[in-house]
Amino acid sequence: MFGKSVTAIKNFSAEEIRTVLDAAYKFKQIIRRGGNKKLSNLRGKAIVNLFYEPSTRTRTSFELAGKYLGADVVSINSGTSSIVKGESLRDTLRTIEAMGVDAIVMRHKAEGAADFATQVVKPVIINAGDGAHAHPSQALLDLFTIEQRKGRLAGLKVAIVGDILHSRVARSDVYAMTRMGMEVRFAGFKTLLPRFFEFDGVKVYESLDEAISGVDVINVLRIQLERQQAGLFPSTREYARVFGINDERLRLAADDVLILHPGPQNKGLEISSAVTYCEQSAIHDQVQNGVAVRMALLDLTLGGGA
Amino acid sequence: MNQTWQFQNKFQSLLIRGGRVLDPANDFDDKADVLIVDGKIAAVAPDIDSPAQIVYDAAGKLVVPGLIDMHVHLREPGQEAKEDFLSGAKAAAAGGFTTVATMPNTSPAVDNAALVRAMVKRAEDVGLVNIKIIGAVTKGQQGQELAEMRDMMTAGAVAFSDDGHFDDNARIFLNALDYLHDTGKVIICHEEETELVKGGVMNEGKRSALLGLKGRPTVAEDIAVARDVLLAEYTGGRVHIAHISSARAVDIVREAKRRGVKVTAEVTPQHLTMTEDLVNPADASTKINPPLRTQADCEAMLAGLLDGTIDAIVTDHSPHAPEEKDREYIYAPSGFPGLETSVGVLLTELYHTGKIDLQTLISKMTAEPARLFGLEAGTLSVGAPADVTIIDPELTWTVDAKNFYTRGSHSPFVGRKLKGRAVATIVRDNLMTLNQ
Repeated sequence: MFGKSVTAIKNFSAEEIRTVLDAAYKFKQIIRRGGNKKLSNLRGKAIVNLFYEPSTRTRTSFELAGKYLGADVVSINSGTSSIVKGESLRDTLRTIEAMGVDAIVMRHKAEGAADFATQVVKPVIINAGDGAHAHPSQALLDLFTIEQRKGRLAGLKVAIVGDILHSRVARSDVYAMTRMGMEVRFAGFKTLLPRFFEFDGVKVYESLDEAISGVDVINVLRIQLERQQAGLFPSTREYARVFGINDERLRLAADDVLILHPGPQNKGLEISSAVTYCEQSAIHDQVQNGVAVRMALLDLTLGGGA
Repeated sequence: MNQTWQFQNKFQSLLIRGGRVLDPANDFDDKADVLIVDGKIAAVAPDIDSPAQIVYDAAGKLVVPGLIDMHVHLREPGQEAKEDFLSGAKAAAAGGFTTVATMPNTSPAVDNAALVRAMVKRAEDVGLVNIKIIGAVTKGQQGQELAEMRDMMTAGAVAFSDDGHFDDNARIFLNALDYLHDTGKVIICHEEETELVKGGVMNEGKRSALLGLKGRPTVAEDIAVARDVLLAEYTGGRVHIAHISSARAVDIVREAKRRGVKVTAEVTPQHLTMTEDLVNPADASTKINPPLRTQADCEAMLAGLLDGTIDAIVTDHSPHAPEEKDREYIYAPSGFPGLETSVGVLLTELYHTGKIDLQTLISKMTAEPARLFGLEAGTLSVGAPADVTIIDPELTWTVDAKNFYTRGSHSPFVGRKLKGRAVATIVRDNLMTLNQ
């Protein structure tokens, strides 16, 4: 994986996913043991986080991941850079490249922005989310979290529920999970499902209860409040009643069902507080695992995993 | 291969010798010579024995009426970084087109007689090819108030269009049809219901579902075509469907024609030959409105062309400055240049594959558009203006944006190896030729 850009999980083989997950186990131990976490794997490497969209957990975890590995990390926010002066994406990327960076971690509203970047500049590009297209590190940390809690991936049933239409998480998980032998179900109001969606082995449900019946994992997607204004559902109240994940609904799933959420959550909308903080919720784990998985990705692509 | 053109070679008389002359307007298809004198067709006959200032050897070539493209965007006034009349005229000539009609979605929109007159004058000054002016239907193309279309007719507008967007206001559109009823002028309609395509950048289909790019559904086009067909029927007005792309829309037009509705339609080479599968979100070259659809839609376009539902082929030549297209897919403007690739693409993908005969293909680019828009063009009749295109159907070449005369550079046809292209374009008393 050394020197390779990571723009979408669909470009990863099962073996490559395995390699990242195995590396992440190692880094998670280091994060958890406390004390001095600073490694020297990426000493002398420079990473720029280029974020065109707001982000707390993804940006911070990429930043910490780079720093724990010994790299120099700089974060650029679109609001405080030349981007507000109208600089094109190509020119911004070339400017960053000219300063000698080894990797650019990119978050952008436009689908395909990370792939565009790989055509424009030489540093390794890590996609931290491009529109509704892809979010590879999220898919990897979802897999990692499931495997940590369940002890396996193959054969598990996962329901991804909510706003599939606008979700890069759903479009990434579906590749990652099916590639690791999991059964994936999508569920949402028809207004929040992509029309004409076809994917080998993936079943699409308009009923939440049917979708989560007997599943081992539920990945609850964030509902952006703008979707209501766009007329995709009439009210947050009705959404919560018909499609929110709460205690009562959880009983339809397997007894030991695991709950994931990519965050940030709208409590009481797509997920109830009780579910967020319940025993089966791995939402908090996902955050820590995110750092470990991103360390693995950076180490493998920039340091060769050596 | 050298792909440059010689644009200036004035003559008093020209003899085009030994080509296959294909003139659908006169139902003529035979080996013959064509003699041009003083800018007019003087004779079409075998072995013309007449001295001429220039003799062009057209053996093995097709000699056809000058090609007509009734849907181009030459971007004047106001958007000269994308294209101007001179770069556009050169692109037209290099593509074999002798007559093009330019759309009024400019800055400002061509929506009044003064602007039409200025553009007609500008077209005359540039010369090279015949540039016709299409006026806006509504003021500023805003769809709210009728533009002064009769003044624009007097000034030389050949048709009217709010191309670029759909006129949502059915009352205004109905009024426009009534207002033009006795003039015989056509309204060219961009058919995509506005709310259904808002924010959309590609066809809504299997590929958009996987890529996460927002879709423009075929039903948006179908609804718009259905409405305009019904309004044409109700008013007796003339509607011309621009760049049709949805199979269902072709059905609607076919059925309306059968009922005698005055509706006609045009299609582009890209909607005949390219699908959504080509969309790569890292390259905005494929971004156009309406979007590239599916294989089934392409097949419906071809069927519509063959059975007469679709009357004409146009390029929808829509150049943008390279830096405008060289960016994120969702932010790049829609459209790409098509004048210089049309003949090559159509011959390669439709003629050489046996999907269409040359008579039909050439008719859709000459006699048919001339008939639709009442142009004195599209024929090799004796006495007609000497607009002639000479095509080498076997010439193979590779599309390279570096060789484009248009200012646009991003086209999904770039890199294609094509078979067939125009090698000479004659407009009246000027012989323009590909340097070979």
